[in-house]
Amino acid sequence: MPPQLKTLIPLFVAFIILFLVARYFLVPVSFGELGHYRFNSIADNKERVMHYAGKEACADCHDDKAQEIKSDCHAGLSCETCHGPGLAHINNPDSVKLVKPAQRSFCGTCHSYNPSRSKVIQQIDLKEHNVDKNCIECHNPHKPCQIKE
Amino acid sequence: MAVGMLNPFNAVIFATEKPKDPTKPWWGYGIDIEKCIGCGRCANACKLENNVPKEPFYFRTWVEQYTIKNDGTVKVESPNGGIDGFTQTVPEDEIFKSFFVPKMCNHCYKSPCVQACPVGATYETPDGVVLVDETYCIGCRYCVQACPYGCRYILPEKNVVDKCTLCYHRISKGQTTACVEVCPTQARILGNLNDKNGPLVKFLKEHNCLVLKPNLNTGSKLYYNALNGEVR
Repeated sequence: MPPQLKTLIPLFVAFIILFLVARYFLVPVSFGELGHYRFNSIADNKERVMHYAGKEACADCHDDKAQEIKSDCHAGLSCETCHGPGLAHINNPDSVKLVKPAQRSFCGTCHSYNPSRSKVIQQIDLKEHNVDKNCIECHNPHKPCQIKE
Repeated sequence: MAVGMLNPFNAVIFATEKPKDPTKPWWGYGIDIEKCIGCGRCANACKLENNVPKEPFYFRTWVEQYTIKNDGTVKVESPNGGIDGFTQTVPEDEIFKSFFVPKMCNHCYKSPCVQACPVGATYETPDGVVLVDETYCIGCRYCVQACPYGCRYILPEKNVVDKCTLCYHRISKGQTTACVEVCPTQARILGNLNDKNGPLVKFLKEHNCLVLKPNLNTGSKLYYNALNGEVR
C-alpha cells in the first residue's frame, strides 16, 4: 500500500466515526422504524383533541329527542349536524350549551331551491316561502314532515 | 449507542400496501355524488373538529358546485368551501347538468406528496392514512405543489403543512370522522377496505366508482360514485 494512502486511512476512519456519531444524535427517536418517518408521530396524531361526540353519545341523555328524530324524515341526521360539536357539552353539561340554529338561512343550507340539489330533498324558495316567518314557527326540526298546529 | 449508530440506513419506503392480515384496517373513503346536497356541513364540521383556520382558503375538505352549461362550458364554484351554502347563479334554462362534488385528501397509497417530502415529515401509516409530522415539517411547500388534488395548505401561525388526517384521532378510537358524522344524506362513507363485509366494500360493490385523476397512478383511496368526466 502506498504510504500516502496509509496516512489518509485514519482520517477516513475518523470521518466515518464522526458521521455515525452525528447521525446518532441528529436522527430523532423512532425515525425509520416503519419507513422514512418518525414512528412516534402516529401516536401524536392519535392524541389530538376530539370535538364531535357522535350520535350515540347524545342519545345517552336525550333519548326522547333521539326517538323523536328517528320517527320522522330527519331520521338520518346526526344531532351534531345542526347543533354543532357536542363533546364539550357532554363534559360540562351545565356550563356549555349547544346552539339551536333557528335562522331561515341555516335551514336554507339544505332546503333552499338549487337545481344542483337532488330532488329527493324538500326544497323551497327562501325569497317566496312565508318570508316574514321563521321556519321553526311551523316546522319542528325534529319532526319536519309534520306541520305544527 | 454503538448499535444505534450502526443501524442500517433504513430502506426508504414510500408506498404502503394493503395489510395481508384481514384483521388490520386499511382505510378508504367513499363519496356518493348523487346523494350530496351541497349543504357544506362536512366542511364546517371539519374546521371545528380539527381547528382549521376560519379564513376561506384553508380547507381539509370542501364542496364544489359543478355546472355544465348547454354550450359545453363548465363552471366550478366553491364560495367559502360551501360552508355558507350555495346559490346557483346560472339561469336554469342554460344548465345542462349540475351537481356537487365534495373534495378532500385522497389518502393515496402511492402518494406524490409523501414522495416529494425531503425530510420524511409526511408519510403513509400502515393502515393507509397519509399523515403529517408537525414537529418535523420544515415548511418547504414541496408537498403542497406535489398534491394533484390541492388538498394541502400551510398553517399560517406555525408555518408547517397541514392536511386531512382522516380524523386519525377519532378513527383510532373507533369513532367515525367528523365529516361522515354530520353528513345529513350519508353521501360520505368511511370504511375499512380490508373488511369484506364493511360499509365501504359494500358501497364499492353496489356502485360504479371512480377515483380522481386515475392517469396519475397515485393509488387514491377516495372513491366517487356518479363521478362526471368533467370533474377535475
